[in-house]
Amino acid sequence: MNDAPLIDVWVYLAETPLLWLTLTLVAYVLAFGLYRASGSSPLVNPVALAVLILIGLLLASGTSYDSYFAGAQFVHFLLGPATVSLAVPLYRQRAKLTTLWLPILVALVCGIFAAALSALAIAAVFGADVATLLSLAPKSVTAPVAMGIAEQLGGHPSLTAVLVVATGILGAVMGTPLFRWLRIREDSVKGIAMGVTSHGIGTARAFQVSGEMGAFSGLAMALSAFASALLLPPVLSWIGFGG
Amino acid sequence: MLGALTLILVCQLVGEVLVGVTGLPVPGPVAGMVLLLAGLFARGRVDEGLDTATTGLLSHLSLLFVPAGVGVMVHWDSLRSGWLAMGLALVVSTLIGLAVTALVMQGMQALMARSGAADE
Repeated sequence: MNDAPLIDVWVYLAETPLLWLTLTLVAYVLAFGLYRASGSSPLVNPVALAVLILIGLLLASGTSYDSYFAGAQFVHFLLGPATVSLAVPLYRQRAKLTTLWLPILVALVCGIFAAALSALAIAAVFGADVATLLSLAPKSVTAPVAMGIAEQLGGHPSLTAVLVVATGILGAVMGTPLFRWLRIREDSVKGIAMGVTSHGIGTARAFQVSGEMGAFSGLAMALSAFASALLLPPVLSWIGFGG
Repeated sequence: MLGALTLILVCQLVGEVLVGVTGLPVPGPVAGMVLLLAGLFARGRVDEGLDTATTGLLSHLSLLFVPAGVGVMVHWDSLRSGWLAMGLALVVSTLIGLAVTALVMQGMQALMARSGAADE
């Protein structure tokens, strides 16, 4: 008897952006709480956890990604202003930047090609098709630029967006233990490596380690967006992909 | 705070317009970041409001990637068929990218420190 009003409420909620916007925040707050409870373990990645919670909810309620995104787009939109905001931590590191620009630029170009070409080679050996390879190539670049590069090369931009997020999470999880193993101690070096390989998600993780690592990661992410957009398409078509 | 948020959005908007007009191969927000950085250098300091607004936006940067991450459900089929190739490529290339970038930068710094010491 009481089912009808409940369905009405569901129909109303399912059609406004409020429900999935709120649930996106709730899932993240929960995931972040778990991350904190784990003692900030890089293995408990808040993005991955929140994504899993939300996919569970979407599948259980039979909601499509498009109707989810109608609400979640407000969070997604903030990526732009957040990118602009990176100017502030960068400005604070200006003294270090003026002395480190040459090592940063050389490391950046080496890192971009090491990540992109090793991904292509491995996926090609394991039999991925050409469109997948081209979607994979820009995976270390921040999402909006990576999608543009994939489109230019002839890959699937939306698949690229997913691979970009996965790469970000992997870098955020594996970065700190890898740096410890390689005995890299300077936050500026760790930050640059994180930003080149794992863009914004790596930068988010870097800010949790220190403000300096975050600022350098943000710088590397921005420089890598420029450099990858300029260098990846011509180099990949030169070695025989896309064009 | 309101002024700072407006400034951030104006930078992004001008960045988007610049990219659209000039055909620069970078996204609008990255151009906007360069504009804001240039503004900070011109002004010589970070105002309190801008500090509060940017710290707020950046302190939970991870949250902003969640909606794009949920998009994995749309690509479930193509991911499942190629999971081995893609998974291995992602894990190994991320490790290689991190290690190469960090080691090259550290090596360059050591090289420059040594040549700097030799010059003196």
